[in-house]
Amino acid sequence: MNEAVRGALRRIGLATFVSAVLGFFSLPLLWLAFAPFDADPGVSASLPEFTLHNFRVLMDNPYALASLRNSVLLAGGTAALVVTCAALAAYALSRVRVPGRDALLYVLLLLSSIVTGTAAMVPVFLLAFDLHLIDSRLGVVLVLTGGLLPAAIFLLKDFTDATPPSYEEAARVFGASPLQVLRHVVVPVIRPGLATVGVWAVAQVWGDFLMPFLLLRDPDKAPASVVMYTFYTEGGQPDLALISTFSLLYSLPVVAMYLFVSRRYGFRFHGGIKR
Amino acid sequence: MAPPTSPRADVAAEPARSGADDAAGLGRARAAAFVAPALVLVAVFLVFPALWTLYLGTTDYRLTGVAASEPRFVGTANYRDVLGDGDFHRSLWLTAQFVIGSAVLGQTLLGFAVAWVMRDRPGPVRRLVEGLVLLAWILPSSVIAFLWIALLDRDGGTLNALLGTPGTAWLLDHPMGCVIVFNVWHGTAFSMMLYGAALGNVPPSHLETAALAGASTLQTLRDVVYPRVRGHVLTSLLLVGLWTFNDFTPFLITAGGPDGRSEIMSVYVYRTALGDGRLGAGAAVSLIMILINLAIALVYLRALRARRAAPAGAS
Amino acid sequence: MAAITVRGLTKVYPGGVRALDALGLDVADGEFFALLGPSGCGKTTLLRTIAGLEAASGGTVAFDGGEVTRLPPGRRGVGMVFQDYALFPHMTVLDNIAYPLRVRRRPRADRHARAADAARLLGLAGLEARRPGELSGGQQQRVALARALVAEPRVFLLDEPLSNLDARLRLEARTRLKRLQRDLAITTVFVTHDQAEALALADRIAVMEAGRIRQLGTPEEVFRRPANVFAASFIGSTPMNLLAGTVRDGRVAVAGAELPVPDEARGRLGEGEEIVCGVRPEYLDYASEATEGAFPGIVSVVEHLGGSALVTLDGAGGAVHVVVGEGREPEPGAAGWAVPRPGRVLVYRDGELVTGGEEEETRMDTTGGRR
Repeated sequence: MNEAVRGALRRIGLATFVSAVLGFFSLPLLWLAFAPFDADPGVSASLPEFTLHNFRVLMDNPYALASLRNSVLLAGGTAALVVTCAALAAYALSRVRVPGRDALLYVLLLLSSIVTGTAAMVPVFLLAFDLHLIDSRLGVVLVLTGGLLPAAIFLLKDFTDATPPSYEEAARVFGASPLQVLRHVVVPVIRPGLATVGVWAVAQVWGDFLMPFLLLRDPDKAPASVVMYTFYTEGGQPDLALISTFSLLYSLPVVAMYLFVSRRYGFRFHGGIKR
Repeated sequence: MAPPTSPRADVAAEPARSGADDAAGLGRARAAAFVAPALVLVAVFLVFPALWTLYLGTTDYRLTGVAASEPRFVGTANYRDVLGDGDFHRSLWLTAQFVIGSAVLGQTLLGFAVAWVMRDRPGPVRRLVEGLVLLAWILPSSVIAFLWIALLDRDGGTLNALLGTPGTAWLLDHPMGCVIVFNVWHGTAFSMMLYGAALGNVPPSHLETAALAGASTLQTLRDVVYPRVRGHVLTSLLLVGLWTFNDFTPFLITAGGPDGRSEIMSVYVYRTALGDGRLGAGAAVSLIMILINLAIALVYLRALRARRAAPAGAS
Repeated sequence: MAAITVRGLTKVYPGGVRALDALGLDVADGEFFALLGPSGCGKTTLLRTIAGLEAASGGTVAFDGGEVTRLPPGRRGVGMVFQDYALFPHMTVLDNIAYPLRVRRRPRADRHARAADAARLLGLAGLEARRPGELSGGQQQRVALARALVAEPRVFLLDEPLSNLDARLRLEARTRLKRLQRDLAITTVFVTHDQAEALALADRIAVMEAGRIRQLGTPEEVFRRPANVFAASFIGSTPMNLLAGTVRDGRVAVAGAELPVPDEARGRLGEGEEIVCGVRPEYLDYASEATEGAFPGIVSVVEHLGGSALVTLDGAGGAVHVVVGEGREPEPGAAGWAVPRPGRVLVYRDGELVTGGEEEETRMDTTGGRR
């Protein structure tokens, strides 16, 4: 009898906890699910009077689509630069013995985790100013690349270290030049690693607010993360129809990427996709 | 076929293959050229700013005005100003609340609890819970910040509608509390996944032994689970703490307000340097933040080494 | 096809490990040549230096008299099979085989035709479109062979070509490899730590230890007359009996037996000298009654080898192994005698075979680097 009561209490306790967790995590998300399709969205989540009109508003806003394009440019540019530089460096460090390479990598990794965008806001801003990189997308790309590179090199070096050097030796025996070895053998073999680091870099930049907020002045160049905070109606109120629709559109690529990565690589990747 | 009979086969170790030294025949020069672009970018945009902070913190650099073009050396004046600034003290205290409340207590406890409850739960409930927790983690910070602004809105917010407390201005009345709860919501996923993985490494036979012995949940957690995840606790706390300390997202919700009542360190440095235009003083705060980061990172590395050195059962 | 000439080849790794020590070697055109030795003996380093994957610290390598020591591997005209095969995982079988031709910028149609020929030659027809990951170990090995052969190399190098196959496949692959080498008549050097593989495949074998060649000869020579105790203990599926003995009254006293001094060592041994007597278990006969000039002992272990049995006799000088024919195995505990066949006992002094002039020449050959 006592056992049965305890069992029931236990099950009720668990169910309550699970419901509370579900409620806590879903409540803020409800608005994102409903408001974009609501003909008259308020800030509260409510079942919408269904419409796709808000997406028309979005298409008509001159900044909305341009900012998504800017986000693509920043994320794509940074990812391309990070993958290229990190792959070259990781490969050379993995295959050619350089004295002190492990110590160098650890110091770089340590630096990248302590010299964060927040902590180094002031010197980074001044550096960009002195290099005439304020209000330049290139500036944002370069600053973000500098911060992401150590971790990217580390990840990719792990990947190359796990690849047997006999692939490259075989190609050399058959007459391939060092650059042919890279193009024919190394790049295809470590392609999963390159894709991983690329996706990781895109996710980092796509959601980043601080650096573009700090370094870009012209609203035409602002990425989605920054532009969201400029959507106000003529009355000075946040334009909820626009913000909700835009949020949804802006979030979808991240979710798609995450699904893709976890399908492809499983949760092995969990520490990586964000941060 | 006879097995290889080589009496001395295991006597001499194979010398290290020098093929691993340069398998692609790159050569030193080309290898250096490969490493150079990455090193230059890191040096210019990561190492140099960190070092430059040392100098900038000793000047009266400003965003505008005379001191913008000709900054003067002011010695330790910035540090004295900052360390004597009441706003800085308040920011330090708020940051401590933020890091301890949201990262150390909130994310870790909630993350572990969710991982524990979900550990052997099959199917849709688990996928739903984990999916939602993950979604809160991966959505762009601008989006989730706005979701919380909408949730907590004074007039039409979902929370007030749900609680029947119209007109409660959560963000004005309890700004720090809101930011802490928000960050628990945002960051729990990492702890959940980490402890979920760690729990997966607890041998089922250990849990079954505890169940057969009639141990309560708390006893099981203390005697069977904790020893297995202990190694992860400290390192993940430090990592999450480091991230939280450097998080700028609360700025998007409260902008440090009202009246600086949610002005954590990351927001304080922004206001000092770019809001007020006192770049020299901002650089001084930057250096203090970098030093705090360094301290956390060094403890983290030490904990990591201790964990690696510890016997396998403890990790 | 080419003859290989190696002179004074030395390889010192950073850190001072001397993997090759002034090594000299001649491999004839079309010869199937084995480098045999325990791991760490330098055999793989020698192969990789011939390929050009390792830079020699000193000495020369020449193909048909033309020095290649400083040439990069791709310009030496070598084909190589790696121990792990090193098949490119992202290319199909056909693209893998055609790769050496692709690097040589042959037209696509031409290289695919020749790769398909090579695939057919090695029994890979029908697998051309697969990826290496979809092949069995034996098929992978044949793809690696096809890729190494497709560009008609002057020298064919194999690094432990059979070691990654399971035992049954290995035998099949061994026969196939020997047939292939004979049909193509291509100069082939292969590395192995498996003495049976070397005996079965090679025209000549170099037994290596510590960066030097300890014996060079045909499989028969190396098996019957190991030039030193190292080669004696390394060659043979059942290790050679090596028994400590003394020269006394012009005879050899060893393990409770008195044997005549072998012809080749006659007149070369002093009275009272400490020697080691070597005789293979295959060259001993088992007798259940006391026999003159036989090693006495108590049968301690009988191991069945299939068509025969390996009998261990515990005697005065330690254990003696004898191979006994089917159906004649003694019971453990019985007293037995191991009778050496005439002319099969070898005498070693200071680790080297004591022998007449003819063998001296062979020994000089093995250290050709010093000539």
